[in-house]
Amino acid sequence: MKSMKPFLVACLFTASSLAAPPIVIQNATILTVTRGTLTGSILIRNGKIEEIGERITAPADAQIVDATGQFVMPGIVDCHSHIAADSINEGSVSVSAMVGIEDVLNPEDIAIYRALAGGVTTANILHGSANSIGGKCTVVKLRWGKDAHDMIFEGAMPGIKFALGENPKRAGNPSGQRIGAANVLRYPATRMGVEDVIREAFTEAKAYQQSWKDYNDKVARGEQAIAPRRDLKLEPLVEVLEGKRFVHAHCYRADEILMLLRVADEFGFKIRTLQHVLEGYKVAKEIAAHGAGASTFSDWWSYKLEAFDAIPYNAAIMTRKGIVVSLNSDSAELMRHLNDEAAKTMKYGGLSETEALSLITINPAKQLAIDNRVGSIEVGKDADLAIFDKHPLSNFAKVEKVYIDGELYFDRNKDLADRAVHEADKKKLLDKERELQRRAAPGAVRRPAA
Amino acid sequence: MKSIAFAFLFAAAALVAGDDDTFLIRGATVHPVASAEIVDGFVLVRDGKIAGVGRVFTPPKGMRVIEGKGLHVYPGMIDSGTQMGLSEIGSTRESVDTGELGKFDPQLRAEIAINPSSEHIPVTRANGITSVVSLPMSAGGGGGGRRGPAPSIIAGQAALVHLDGWTWEEMDILKSAGMSLRIPTILAPAGRGGDPDAPPALGGRYSFAEARRNYETDLRELRDFFEHARRYQKAKAANEKGFRPDLKFEAMLPVLEGKEPVVVLAARERAIRDAVQLADQQKVRVIIANPREIGKMGPELKARNIPAILGPTLELPLRDDDPYDAAYTLPDQFFKAGVKFAFGSFDNEFSRNLPYQAATAVAFGLPHEEALKAITLNAAQIWGVSDRIGSIEEGKWADLMITDGDPLEAKTQVKQLFIKGKNVDLDNKQKRLYEKYMNRP
Repeated sequence: MKSMKPFLVACLFTASSLAAPPIVIQNATILTVTRGTLTGSILIRNGKIEEIGERITAPADAQIVDATGQFVMPGIVDCHSHIAADSINEGSVSVSAMVGIEDVLNPEDIAIYRALAGGVTTANILHGSANSIGGKCTVVKLRWGKDAHDMIFEGAMPGIKFALGENPKRAGNPSGQRIGAANVLRYPATRMGVEDVIREAFTEAKAYQQSWKDYNDKVARGEQAIAPRRDLKLEPLVEVLEGKRFVHAHCYRADEILMLLRVADEFGFKIRTLQHVLEGYKVAKEIAAHGAGASTFSDWWSYKLEAFDAIPYNAAIMTRKGIVVSLNSDSAELMRHLNDEAAKTMKYGGLSETEALSLITINPAKQLAIDNRVGSIEVGKDADLAIFDKHPLSNFAKVEKVYIDGELYFDRNKDLADRAVHEADKKKLLDKERELQRRAAPGAVRRPAA
Repeated sequence: MKSIAFAFLFAAAALVAGDDDTFLIRGATVHPVASAEIVDGFVLVRDGKIAGVGRVFTPPKGMRVIEGKGLHVYPGMIDSGTQMGLSEIGSTRESVDTGELGKFDPQLRAEIAINPSSEHIPVTRANGITSVVSLPMSAGGGGGGRRGPAPSIIAGQAALVHLDGWTWEEMDILKSAGMSLRIPTILAPAGRGGDPDAPPALGGRYSFAEARRNYETDLRELRDFFEHARRYQKAKAANEKGFRPDLKFEAMLPVLEGKEPVVVLAARERAIRDAVQLADQQKVRVIIANPREIGKMGPELKARNIPAILGPTLELPLRDDDPYDAAYTLPDQFFKAGVKFAFGSFDNEFSRNLPYQAATAVAFGLPHEEALKAITLNAAQIWGVSDRIGSIEEGKWADLMITDGDPLEAKTQVKQLFIKGKNVDLDNKQKRLYEKYMNRP
């Protein structure tokens, strides 16, 4: 009976998707990102994009969404976010590969809804940057209202966070502002130490990998063998060595970027994405040669020493030098207007509209290897769409509707209509709280509500 | 050969023209802000000042002419809240001079600590911002860090400066644009997602009773400070025996005389209410800075003609259950309440994004012309310098930008910038790095 449950749930899930009527978004300017721009319609069925065209015959049972004068773009993909998680940094050790974001996903974080309202549908939720090798990361879809498990992007490659430079070395600096760690010094305190931590860890991981290989070989030969003790810290690193887990590395300066690429070369693994990578433009050639993606900010700079050579042309230079580049948020606030951030690359470095939109759609999807599912408006892809009232690269644009898997997750009109109801509900709760306080302790000093 | 000679001539002419603060821009769409836009209009600049705006003008022989066909002319933008020149690298204490020790420091002057060589200046001005208010703001412990002693209440005098000049003296527009004051509040724990009124230096947790005690003590000390300043003013005026000069109280005199406004940092409705009370009780001019909500304070502010410097529009709502667009709609809420406002970035790093803060407000209801005013003319009026800057009107300094489109749109490029009629270099560290590394073999 117990084993039946997942099966039943799967049946129910499929049944409900099947039951949902097809949707036709009509009369919209459709920014497919990969297949040009057209004015026409999109047919969504069973959570997928079934048809795109200037003229589509809507099925009889279809729900019609009139998007006259509006713009549809692929749901935005954010390659670097820390929303929807109860904790971010396990900073007490230099290598915290044993921990993972998946275990602390919080589907009730209001930041999810707010990001949806900015057109974001998929996000890479990362561990923090407190240590050279951080915890495991999880790609989620912003299915607001679903539970943590249902947010996880099915089949997306898992990742792990690395961090270089000021943040991980702060923990070893007596006057540094330590992130997520207690008031004890923790190795490393320099960029030299950061390299060493990574090399030590992968040296260990290789030996661990070998011990399992030896064991498996023995078993295969029918010999008696004792299995190695499982090491939860090294297992994710072995996955990295075997290409089963992506490395997303926080970095700033050109020297440390190059260092990491060379360490990865030495141990025979790939850096999937360099995150922030504010001086990536200085070593673009080396990044392109390694094949790493770059996920950067539009125009952040000067908030710390290692960000002082950051330039808003970074995304454009790296694009021109052949790197797959994305713009990320790293912030619950910035996440709400990644389209505005993308527009800045047209000013700084002269990217085209399509190139600018690619930075927040197909490129991050490629970086996360989910571009077969999301990142552009193409037949067969997930119906993850954001409808804007104006061109999304205009600073005057705002999001009207957001679909994930063909399901409507944000609707500005509904949001506006619900406000009075929420306000009334809140007032009821506050009145009740006041009344309870009054009864419990008449005349006591009370904290004013909100 | 011919082309080389031509290029040489051209370069020589440009060199001469660069020093010339008398010229004509013609054929452009002129946006004076104070009046309706003029399609195919001209702006005449003579000796660094605007000498005429209109539709047709025939330049005298020899006058330098800038052809503006297809381009737009706007007044230079004003960022009404920055720490320009006071802070270079946020996390590096040695480069931060934003806030002193001590609770009441009205004698401190931001202007004399503005580093005219700050890299932030050319970066900011490349996007069309010609002047900024540089505001001392205490973070406790002298700024830059999250640790330190109690934060100040009066942090010092803000300066309004041009983003051009070899020295801060040459940058000067207003030495004392306003007195920076943090209104005491009942503080919730500060930090990430904490209360924006809470100074970071008090980042710990403490009881509500304790918070209320601190708040009442701070308010009493603030009232006492004003009271002492007023007695000092009287003693000085009466030339009382034994009168001794005091730099702190001396600095308060322009405030008490209503010559200098108090720039009150107040995020929440409660803090704004206390700021209004301060204006009423102390009979001083108040400007609300970086409010994050308006609540029921609209009519109170309007009735007293108290203006506001609105902070970033691209900001998270204050509370989890606020509408997602609470910060986006705030400028329109101020506009509908009839409260005059300008925009400030309250930042250096993102000062150049000032027009996009205004643009988001437009997306969420604020009329476009009001958004433009809030980064030009309104700012000049609020700071009392609208006789000199803020719009394209005869007699004002020629602080102008020539763009290829609406400056509120990120994709728009600033083509030329003038401060006091002088062509300002749009180059900066970031462009130099761009060119250098684009050309890396």
